[in-house]
Amino acid sequence: MTAVLDAPRTTIPPTTGIRSRPFGLVRHSLALARRSLIKTLRTPEQLIDVTLQPIIFTALFLYLLGGAVAGDRQEYLRFLLPALMVQTVLLAATTTGVTLNADISKGIFDRFRSLPIGRSAPLIGLLLGDMIRSVIAIVVLLGFGHVLGFRIGTDLLSTLAACLLVMGFSVAMGWVFVVLGLLMREPSAVQGVGFLLSFPLTFGTNMITPTETMPGWLQAWVEVNPVTSLMEASRGLINGGPVADPVIESLLWGVGILVVFAPLAVWIYRRRT
Amino acid sequence: MTDTIVARGLVKAYGDVRALDGLDLTVPEGTVLGLLGPNGAGKTTTVRILTTLLRPDAGSCTVAGVDVLRDPQRVRQLIGLSGQYAAVDEHLTGFENLEMIGRLYHLGRRRARERARELLERFNLSDAADRPAKTYSGGMRRRLDLAGALVAQPKVLFLDEPTTGLDPRSRLAMWEVITELVREGTTLLLTTQYLEEADQLAHDIVVIDHGRAIAHGTPDELKRQIGGERLELTVGAQEEITTVTAILEAIGTDRPTVDEETLRVTVPVTNGPTALIEAVRKLDGAGIAPTDIGIRRPTLDDVFLQLTGHQAEDHSTAPQREGARA
Repeated sequence: MTAVLDAPRTTIPPTTGIRSRPFGLVRHSLALARRSLIKTLRTPEQLIDVTLQPIIFTALFLYLLGGAVAGDRQEYLRFLLPALMVQTVLLAATTTGVTLNADISKGIFDRFRSLPIGRSAPLIGLLLGDMIRSVIAIVVLLGFGHVLGFRIGTDLLSTLAACLLVMGFSVAMGWVFVVLGLLMREPSAVQGVGFLLSFPLTFGTNMITPTETMPGWLQAWVEVNPVTSLMEASRGLINGGPVADPVIESLLWGVGILVVFAPLAVWIYRRRT
Repeated sequence: MTDTIVARGLVKAYGDVRALDGLDLTVPEGTVLGLLGPNGAGKTTTVRILTTLLRPDAGSCTVAGVDVLRDPQRVRQLIGLSGQYAAVDEHLTGFENLEMIGRLYHLGRRRARERARELLERFNLSDAADRPAKTYSGGMRRRLDLAGALVAQPKVLFLDEPTTGLDPRSRLAMWEVITELVREGTTLLLTTQYLEEADQLAHDIVVIDHGRAIAHGTPDELKRQIGGERLELTVGAQEEITTVTAILEAIGTDRPTVDEETLRVTVPVTNGPTALIEAVRKLDGAGIAPTDIGIRRPTLDDVFLQLTGHQAEDHSTAPQREGARA
């Protein structure tokens, strides 16, 4: 008889009442994004790829190639900087996969998985938190560019649109690196494969030289590469010029990548044992 | 009494290795079950299945009446889990770690902070509350991890090797905390490879090996299964052994065993204290003063040896199937 009497007591959830609530996923993701943000701010040495690296790349490309490619350094800086912004942000996105991989091996994801929260919340939280890295990269690049004499050719609103477009695309790409982070065994492997993927994507563009100077096969790749469109969109929105086509192409690609890789990542994450 | 945790016929295979091979277990409400076994026996796999982190290939389980496989999200609302690896974020402070978990449980900002303070106080971490967890000692991290499992005051708790790798003092502190939780009515499933720990904390013990339960009972029942007490004594000189062996043979229920190297003679006895008094009297008569003498009750190590025919440590070299990613 006791068994019957006791049964309801044990099946009632604790008084804290953790039933599914509206916006649960958003709130959980934000709580987890905060964690990722605190982490980033406490380990500034992890920010080298979005601070020092873009400065070095800018200086390197500008002084190494500027004269040869454009003849005029200011002209080249206008050509380079909006595209380099795309590269820096996309390269920085690999970090999300690396962090995720390290988190999983440390066991903290087991804690998250044992909590009554949406399965995708830890992944979304990580991507949201890492957006701070994109913001830093963009600020550093535009700031350093300003010192070198770079000036925005359009207006603040268009520039903001360029930044948001690049960051949005980067979040979509972030899901690809999340998938890598879930599949690889070691953080260093995620880093390696991540770069293997993002180098042809970001260097295989007209970022540092115009497409016309390249051999045919490379031109073909640059033409189909979605990152080229994103760089064109960024140039158009920041320097001025036609933007409709590259912006629409970038958006479509971004959404396409998101639609494929976000559910894939969540599916792998759920399956992962 | 209601059974809070019930598992039936759990099977989980990784390739050719059967991590779990038809495991059954039951934990009545308010009691502690110690899941005892060496590395690779299937302890962590069991915990991961019961805490919804892993789906079994076959079998069924319920926690507080909820089907774990059918309604995992509801199970997650009822349980607390503290794993083998202290699952705390190193860059966050102790306070931030607990506050974050509170927020994830929808405690609300104020309640989450209150609860974090309460738990830090309770686990003696108040002084370190605002330091990043990476500055914590192993024992402090484990306590913080356990605190994390308790944020939503779960009635059912799973602790996977809560003291592995801790120094003796931290281990004792952890035992105290666990004992207190159980006194408050928490139902606990605890895995351990320390036989002493299961003996100390568990009401019931399931000994598992190669993914199967090979014995089940209270600590005392298991010890009884292994046989009774033994009289053990150590002498100071090699020449005394013959005399001592003769004396003990008369007292014991079987032939004494002699360890020539340590000069130790052991014999099984029926009544420890009586045998001890008799032995002391006879030794005194023979003019022999042993360097050590006492009654030894079988340890759970003996239980394991008896049940499996090998030492508990035997398969620590077997493939590691229980890691965080197992």
